[in-house]
Amino acid sequence: MGRIVLVTGAARRLGSHFVRRVLQDAGVARVVAVDAVTPEHDLGEALFVRADIRQPAIGRVLAEHAVDTVVHLDVTGTALAGGGRSSVKETNVIGTMQLLGACQKSPTLRRLVVKSSTTVYGSASRDPAVFGEATTPKALPSGGFAKDAVEVEGYVRGFARRRPDVAVCVLRFANILGPGVDTPLASYFRLPVLPTVIGYDPRLQFVHEDDVTEVLLRASREPERGTLNSGTFNIAGDGVLTLSQCARRMGRPTAPVLLPAVTLTGSLLRTLGLSDFSPEQIRLLTHGRVVDTHEMREILGFEPRHSTAETFADFASAAGRGLLPPAALAAAVDRIARYVAPDTSTQAER
Amino acid sequence: MADAKVIPFDDDRARRRSAPRGARSGDGAAVPLPAQGRGVGEPDHEGAPGDGEDAPRDGAPHSDAPRGGAGAQDAAHGRGPERRLAKGLAFLRRRVTGEYEVDDFGYDAELTDEVLMAMLRPLYEKYFRVEVKGIENIPAEGGALIVANHSGTIPLDALMMQVAVHDKHPAGRHLRLLAADLVFTLPVVNEIARKLGHTLACAEDAAELLGRGELVGVMPEGFKGIGKPFGERYKLQRFGRGGFVSTALRARAPIIPCSVVGAEETYPMVGNARTVARLLGLPYFPLTPTFPWLGPLGALPLPTKWTIQFGEPIPTDGYAPEAADDPMLMFNLTDQVREEIQHTLYKLLVRRRSIFF
Repeated sequence: MGRIVLVTGAARRLGSHFVRRVLQDAGVARVVAVDAVTPEHDLGEALFVRADIRQPAIGRVLAEHAVDTVVHLDVTGTALAGGGRSSVKETNVIGTMQLLGACQKSPTLRRLVVKSSTTVYGSASRDPAVFGEATTPKALPSGGFAKDAVEVEGYVRGFARRRPDVAVCVLRFANILGPGVDTPLASYFRLPVLPTVIGYDPRLQFVHEDDVTEVLLRASREPERGTLNSGTFNIAGDGVLTLSQCARRMGRPTAPVLLPAVTLTGSLLRTLGLSDFSPEQIRLLTHGRVVDTHEMREILGFEPRHSTAETFADFASAAGRGLLPPAALAAAVDRIARYVAPDTSTQAER
Repeated sequence: MADAKVIPFDDDRARRRSAPRGARSGDGAAVPLPAQGRGVGEPDHEGAPGDGEDAPRDGAPHSDAPRGGAGAQDAAHGRGPERRLAKGLAFLRRRVTGEYEVDDFGYDAELTDEVLMAMLRPLYEKYFRVEVKGIENIPAEGGALIVANHSGTIPLDALMMQVAVHDKHPAGRHLRLLAADLVFTLPVVNEIARKLGHTLACAEDAAELLGRGELVGVMPEGFKGIGKPFGERYKLQRFGRGGFVSTALRARAPIIPCSVVGAEETYPMVGNARTVARLLGLPYFPLTPTFPWLGPLGALPLPTKWTIQFGEPIPTDGYAPEAADDPMLMFNLTDQVREEIQHTLYKLLVRRRSIFF
C-alpha cells in the first residue's frame, strides 16, 4: 500500500507546487492537501480538505485518512488572504502546536517534514560568517517570522523527543526565489530603485523554488541508501551574491540610506503597502546571512540543481528590465573600449 | 626598551650583516621601476594589477606612455599599455554588470587584486618600505595559521601583512585575516573588510577557512596589543585564550609565527582618552603627540621602516585528535608561539638601524 501524504499550507504557491509534484511520486497512494482557504492553484488529483490547522479538527483529518507522512509547509512570513501579522503568527505557532498535538496522537504517522527558514540564525555583525546547523546565534531573533520559526523548531524538537518512532526532518530554507515567487524579498527586488544601507553590502543566498520542491520530496520519502533524512538541514544554493551584485545583475540602481532612515523608509513603504519591509528584512539586508550546506550534501544527499547565482538570474529575467540593464551598461563599456582603443576592444570583450 | 641589554653582544655582527641587507632592501624600495619593466616584459600578474587599476580612470593610453618608455624595449612592447587598458575596461565591464564572484565570506578576489591591493601597495612599498623575511616558511598550498603580534593603534600591520604575503609569496597566496567584531559593526569598514577577505575572529570561521585550505592570519593579542601605550612597545600582551591553537590543532594546520617590527611607532600612543572611547563605543581612543591636536594631519602615521618576519612553521599534525581539548598542551603551544614571536621581535629590534630607515 502506498503512502498517504498530508500537506499543510497547500493554498500557497509552494504548497501547491509540492502537492502536484508529490502526486507523481511512485509509492504515494493519496495526497491530502490542507489549508484554511480555498486554493487558487490547481492541486491535481489531490484531495483538498479545508481545515484550519489552528483548530483541533486537523486531528480528525489525520485519523480519517490514516496519514503516514505529514509535510508542514504552513510556516510562512506573510498572510495569504488579508490578515495581519498577528494571524500569521498564530498560524505559524498555534497551528504548528495543534498539528504536532494531532501528530502525537496519530498511530499511523511515520514521517514529519517541517519547512523552516535560515532566519532562525538571525543576522548580526557578531555572528560567524557561515552558519552551520549547530551554530548558536549570538542574538536570537527578537520578533517577526524569524521568532516564529525559532518557536516552531522548538515545538518540533519537543515532538521528536516524545515520538522517537517518527522520523522528523526540519529543512531550513535560505531565501526562496524563482520566476513567480512572491516573498517580501522578491517584492523588494522588484522595486525600481533598491534602498540599501550605507556602508553595508550583505551576502545573500538563494534557493530555487524547484529545488525546494525536490528537497521536500526527498525528505518525505524513505531515505535513499547511504543518506539520512531525519534531522535539521540548511538548504541553499551554492555560492553567494552580495546585494550590490544582485542590484547590478538586475539592473536596478541602489539608493544608499543611513540605517535609521532605512527603518523609517521601511515602515513608510509598509504603510503604503508597496513592500513588506519588516525589521528582520532590514537586518538581513544589513548584515546578510550565509549558511553551510555540507550536511545537505553529505547526509541528506541532496544537490540543488540551481546555484544562488542561477536562481537569481532566473528570478531577474522574469522580473523584467531595470532602469540600468546590465546589457546596456556592458554595451556602453564596449563603446568606450572601441572609442579609446579601437584595436583592443575585441580583447576587452573577452 | 627591555632588549637594550642584549645589544653589546650581537650588535656589531648584526650591524655588519644588516648593512648589506639594508642596501638590498634599498633596492627593494626602488622596486617599482624594475617591477614595472618586468610587468611590461612578461605578461604575468606581478606588476600589472596595480597599473591595471588606474587604466580605466586614465581612460587614455598617453599617461601610460612615459612609464612604458622607461623600459628600453618600449618599441617591442608598445601594446603593453593598450593591453592594460583593455584589461581595465574588461574589469570595468564585469563590475558594472555584477558578473564577478565572491566567496561565502564575501571575499571579492578580483576587487582585492585589482583595486584594494593597488591602493595599499604605495603605503607598503613607498611609505613603510616593508622588508619581508622568511616568506619561504609559508607553504605554497594548504591551510596554515599565521600568528602575529599586533600593534600601532590602527590595524595597518594586518593589512601590510596581507600585501606582503600576496606580493612576496611565489604562489601569490591570499591571506585571510581574522578581525575583531568591532570591524564588522562599523559601516563601510565592514564592507571593505569582507571584500578583502577578512572575517570575524571566531573558531567557526577560522576552522571553516583552514578546512578549505586557506592561509589564515590572526593577531591573538587583539585590542590589548593594538591599543597598548607606547611605553610598552614590542612587549607581547596575553595571547587571548589560546583559541587559535586548538583551531589549528583541529584543522591539523601548521602555525607560522610572524613578527612585525615598525608598526609600533606609526602612532606612538601616549595617552588614552577613556571617556571619549566610552562615548564612541570604542575599546580605546588614542592620544598621540599629533592626534587629535593637529586634526586630520595628526592622523597620518609616522613613516617608519617595517620588517615582517615569518618564522618556521610549528607543525600540529603530530598530535592526537583529542589534543585540541587538552588545556595544558594548548597553554604550552600558545606560550611556545608567543615566545617565538617575542624572541624574533627582540632580534629584529637589535638589528634595526633606526626607526625610520
